[in-house]
Amino acid sequence: MSSEIINIENKTKFLDLYKENINLIRNGSPDYINKIREKAILVFEKLGIPDKKNENYKYTDLKKEFENGFKTYLSPKNIKFDIKDIFSCDVPDLNTKVILLLNGWYYDRENPLQELPGGVIIGSFQKAMEIYPELVKKHFAKYADIEKDGLVALNTAFVKDGIFLYVPKGVVVEKPIQIINVLMDEEEGFTSHRNLYILEENSQASVVVCDHTLSATNFLTNSVAEFYIGPNAQFDYSRIQNEHNGSKQVSHLFFHQERDSRVTDSTISLHGGLIRNNVSAHLNGEGCENNTYGLYLTDKGQHIDNFVFIDHAKPNCVSSQLFKGVLDDFATGAFNGRILVRKDAQKTQAYQANNNILLTDDVDIKTRPQLEIYADDVKCSHGATVGQLDENALFYLRARGIPKKEAKLLLMYAFAFEVIQKIKVPALKERITDLVEKRLRGELSRCNSCQMHCCNP
Amino acid sequence: MLSIKNLHANIDGKEILKGINLEVKEGEVHAIMGPNGSGKSTLASVLAGRDLFTVTEGKVTYLGHDLLELSPEERASEGIFLGFQYPIEIPGVSMVNFMKTALNEQRKHKGLEPLSSSDFLKHMREKKELVELDTNLTNRSVNEGFSGGEKKKNEIFQMAMLEPKLAILDETDSGLDIDALRIVANGVNKLKTPKNASIVITHYQRLLDYIIPDYVHVLYDGKIIKSGGKELAFELEEKGYDWLKKGVAV
Repeated sequence: MSSEIINIENKTKFLDLYKENINLIRNGSPDYINKIREKAILVFEKLGIPDKKNENYKYTDLKKEFENGFKTYLSPKNIKFDIKDIFSCDVPDLNTKVILLLNGWYYDRENPLQELPGGVIIGSFQKAMEIYPELVKKHFAKYADIEKDGLVALNTAFVKDGIFLYVPKGVVVEKPIQIINVLMDEEEGFTSHRNLYILEENSQASVVVCDHTLSATNFLTNSVAEFYIGPNAQFDYSRIQNEHNGSKQVSHLFFHQERDSRVTDSTISLHGGLIRNNVSAHLNGEGCENNTYGLYLTDKGQHIDNFVFIDHAKPNCVSSQLFKGVLDDFATGAFNGRILVRKDAQKTQAYQANNNILLTDDVDIKTRPQLEIYADDVKCSHGATVGQLDENALFYLRARGIPKKEAKLLLMYAFAFEVIQKIKVPALKERITDLVEKRLRGELSRCNSCQMHCCNP
Repeated sequence: MLSIKNLHANIDGKEILKGINLEVKEGEVHAIMGPNGSGKSTLASVLAGRDLFTVTEGKVTYLGHDLLELSPEERASEGIFLGFQYPIEIPGVSMVNFMKTALNEQRKHKGLEPLSSSDFLKHMREKKELVELDTNLTNRSVNEGFSGGEKKKNEIFQMAMLEPKLAILDETDSGLDIDALRIVANGVNKLKTPKNASIVITHYQRLLDYIIPDYVHVLYDGKIIKSGGKELAFELEEKGYDWLKKGVAV
């Protein structure tokens, strides 16, 4: 396999990149995809990379990040490694087969799609476009609106590979599926994977995604994932973001929920130079439940920005958002939680909370709840706090003989625990508990489960 | 054991303690009484190391240490225990984890190995019975959702767990019904040995029906204006504080 290495700098560069490599980009994609691709590049030309003038990206300067000389991966780069040598997952009870993306490409090129019991299909999105056109056509680019965000348009224009998961009607995937996004290269790289998850009526699955950097080089990621959650289906999606400080990532999750479906999305941001998580959920049927949770632990010059949009389009749905963060040193962050309750969405219950602990005077967090309510019979609440550790509690612990440092950790851990306890996979909950504790202790200089020393280059 | 000499302390520039003198020896129980705002709780906080207060003058010696030089955790590990007037709720920190951490940190300070889980649980079970603490409470977060009485019992439970040399109980009796008061007092009495000492700060003479003090001190306007034996408590009950206050004014 050959590798195309092209330098990119800004919007024009992306457009040029597209034009110059049009054949390579189109190659291997079915026509229906290439049609969407063409539309997307035009939209991108119009929208460009969002800058701080864009209300939705006010607190995160992405223009700067995209004006780099990073190469982009228009075809998979052939890096041979034995997954066992560098990565052994010690979360027990997960599906043993690890699903791996390397720089945005499905790693196992020999077996791009696997079938699990019950007709569940998991594997390469690129392959799925070719093998399951009807499925993909039905859902692809239906939930990720290219018109609203230049970065979604960009991702769509360059769509090549990523994860594809299909769970047929009525099938319950017992064990969680683990997906690892690995970034590894000798050169700085720009990754943009595209993922599609389809859960049919009454199905159930849980997915654990770990984002890792396995080499000390700088990376930029702009990923999009679309989730179709059919009637009465249940989906748990947990992410652990643990990349080094030279990595920047923007992720866009689009959940489309049909009636009585339940989605829990938890994002644990342990490490990363710049993290921007966009989560959008469209509750398209009655009786939906959506839980969107986030925990972020940042220090040094790291930046974290969580942007959530919950669209209550139908009556009798419940959504709740809980985002908690601990910011240390001179870290910066933002939380923006938008809840839209449409006119017909009576009996909506929508809750939102964002709590932050600032450990120094030099950190900065912007928190912004936005509620737009057009129905008159709804229950909505929101709350945001920004504060220090409780001095009274700290003294209480110290007065029992617990050293200050230890007492602070206990309190920080207690603060984070509220989010961790919402994770549904017990084994994962334990693992995250452990990781969070290590992270708070400053011992997570590298991922525990990997041989590379990448978190602190 | 504890020697307080001419202790002055203020908060935000306002002087609260205006020259306290107090000697506490092993095996003794001292009661400190006084009207609201006389500085009782400030004295307790200063002894425990709360940094809200600034000590401007005076000296406190505890078992040969300059107490004021020690951090709150060092004081605790050296055997000082403050029973809080208003115990703090700490959501997310379980009672078990809290006590285990505290006990093992204190052991570490003394150069001892941490207790094994089974020894710890055994120790906890014993002490829980002593103060008749509901088992469910130790499975919860520290003081979270505890009633007033449960919080105070929990203070005595922690004291029993940590086995301090000098216990300072800051109005542990306030807000308790008579049953809870008996349990709390009973706990304190059972924990009394010839080697340890207590300073019991109270607003009400009632407590002293259950905990018999060796000495009673009256604190008023930042100073101890009268000391005596347990009979002083009865005198206060009869006459109130006014006769003593007048003495100060003159």
